[in-house]
Amino acid sequence: MKYKLGTAAVAALMAASPVMADLVFPSLSYRTGPYAAGGIPFADGYADYFSMINARDGGIGGVAARVLECETGYNTEKGVECYESTKGEGALVYQPLSTGITYQLIPKTTADNIPMHTMGYGRTSAANGDVFSHTFNYPANYWNGASGAISYLLNENGGDLKGKKIALVYHNSAYGKEPIRTLEELAAKHGFELSLLPVDHPGQEQKSQWLQIRRDRPDNVIMYGWGVMNQVAIQEAANIRFPMENFIGIWWSGSENDVLPAGAAANGYKALTFHAVGDDFPVFADIQKHVVDAGNAAGAGDQIGTVLYNRGLYAAMLAAEAARTAQGIHGTADITPAMMRDGMEALEITEARMTELGMPNFGPSFNVSCANHGGPGLIGVTQWDAGASEWKLISNFAATDMDVIQPLIDADSGSYATENNIASNCK
Amino acid sequence: MPEQLAFTIEVFLNGLMAGVLYALVALGFVLIYKASGIFNYAQGVMALFAALTLVGIMEGQVPFAHLINAILGTDVHHFGWHVPAFLAIGLTMVVMIVLAYLVQRFVFRYLVGQEPIILFMATIGLAYFMEGVGDLMWGSEIKTLDVGLPQGINIAIDETTYGWFGYGFFIDNLDIVAAIIAILLVTGLVLFAQYTKQGRAMRAVADDHQAALSVGVSLNFIWILVWSLAGFVALVAGIMWGAKSGVQFSLSLIALKALPVLMLGGFTSIPGAIVGGLIIGVGEKLFEFLIGAPFLGGATENWFAYMLALIFLVFRPQGLFGEKIIERV
Repeated sequence: MKYKLGTAAVAALMAASPVMADLVFPSLSYRTGPYAAGGIPFADGYADYFSMINARDGGIGGVAARVLECETGYNTEKGVECYESTKGEGALVYQPLSTGITYQLIPKTTADNIPMHTMGYGRTSAANGDVFSHTFNYPANYWNGASGAISYLLNENGGDLKGKKIALVYHNSAYGKEPIRTLEELAAKHGFELSLLPVDHPGQEQKSQWLQIRRDRPDNVIMYGWGVMNQVAIQEAANIRFPMENFIGIWWSGSENDVLPAGAAANGYKALTFHAVGDDFPVFADIQKHVVDAGNAAGAGDQIGTVLYNRGLYAAMLAAEAARTAQGIHGTADITPAMMRDGMEALEITEARMTELGMPNFGPSFNVSCANHGGPGLIGVTQWDAGASEWKLISNFAATDMDVIQPLIDADSGSYATENNIASNCK
Repeated sequence: MPEQLAFTIEVFLNGLMAGVLYALVALGFVLIYKASGIFNYAQGVMALFAALTLVGIMEGQVPFAHLINAILGTDVHHFGWHVPAFLAIGLTMVVMIVLAYLVQRFVFRYLVGQEPIILFMATIGLAYFMEGVGDLMWGSEIKTLDVGLPQGINIAIDETTYGWFGYGFFIDNLDIVAAIIAILLVTGLVLFAQYTKQGRAMRAVADDHQAALSVGVSLNFIWILVWSLAGFVALVAGIMWGAKSGVQFSLSLIALKALPVLMLGGFTSIPGAIVGGLIIGVGEKLFEFLIGAPFLGGATENWFAYMLALIFLVFRPQGLFGEKIIERV
């Protein structure tokens, strides 16, 4: 009888206790298709970080994190299908990993009260949280990238770019065209001559563009490329003997995938970044111990420390920290997507916290606020060392020209607010 | 010589070179269409598959390693050897012949006499299947292809033309190699078709496969032969394009470059593929240089190639060298 009563009491207690569901982090990955080489390391990094904190820390605030992966093939329609099929599982934050998918999901996530994080891609003016209540693009966006490249070149040229010729080789798509306006403004401000060289998708044939560069001899080339366009551009630059140290790509043109096919010829090529490169951080020892050695790595374990793996890892860290912040704000470990949004809006990334997480100097320190969903836009520069076969961070994360960028963000987000009749989110 | 004129000539020459690379892809389509009436949507994927296999063999990669490791709990990735390029090319060709046999044995054997659209749909399925198998076999990462082909500016041409015109022309060494290979390939294919028993049988099947069957030509054998030849052409195209960009899954998209060439040159003519490739290559490059970049904002090459092909189609629906379709009622 005592046993039965005891059992009943335990059962009653269990029924009365709140059920701790997993914290669901969807991963709209692309492990197949023409861009798989870029999608796999990001998805691995994103998944491995959550596996690591589950194994090492027992999850976030004591609740296990669950990565819900859905294959988009980098296809916008499939990405939207993924969103629709996973949002009902308690998805806390979406990382669409595609500018096309991002544009489709901005109104959907806002209506569904689910936050979205588009780190270093997507709609740049979403940095204005007053208009884009559920979209975040910290710590940097495409316009910070354009300005970061010019700031770096200003430093390289003693602060003067007057009379210099700078060419932008860009993917002829909405993504590739993002920096044009910013660069035009910066060209007017600093007195350099900007030439625009679009490359049609997919970018396997770029002879025309590089013949033009050979003829015009710009001092520097900036590239906004993706996929095969990057590898072909770097090879063509080597073919015409364009100095690699004067060739600088956006962060989507700066992974190992982009430089390895050109071999030694890619030595010295530069790329912008908003996070660290390499695997010389304590967090990787934890990933090795708790994830790879335990047989729980998302992939084959061969991508750890690559640029795009680190980006996935960094995105996961920022998501986990936002979830932790949300738990603190709302006093519950079992947070909802709406609470997660609050956590993202109150996110504070400090150097002390990154060191505690085993990621010292992995990215810039920053705060997010209701008005600023884009972070500080601090940009670093990496350079490829073909001999050592590794990227090296050659500059600190430096400030970009917000005097130029902020009015562009305000104008673009203002138009969006007017078109969609959006009231202020921050008042 | 005025620099503008010199640059126009340079663009023209580079257009010719680009056209050769387009023609290499188009040749594979022509071979299969000519012999079997099948528009092989999978030709681009065949180039990808061939290049993946070549790199995999050269680097001693274990095929299906991820699958094997996942099932058996092993950790095998490489055999630990490196195969010389010429041997790896030979072994890849064996794989492409086996693939040709399997395609014929398990797909097209059952589709003989079906409507062309059914055959076309089958090749779409084949393309996705091969892409998936290629991924499973060799993985999705970008691979460096180094079979010893020279790349970069040809110094001799640069210096010579500088001496002549005061402007050094840029011609890529890889493009020169591609042009030589294309000449050898087309010569070889024409000689094969004209002077060998199998080549004549192939032509007989192309003309009238029922008549060819009635005189003892094995349709099965000829189709395997044709798919093998297309596999060989795909391997050559895969090597040339893979050397430029690394071997990656977007390599299959090179097929898009072949379509305007086929529309212009005709689906049934090997010389047509070459001439069509050259016209498209030169046309799109000159248009971009003279009109596209200065007046239209650039990036005109993709659509202009198709527009050029469409203009030719209006006046010559069978293409420049295609067979005129005469249907008697």
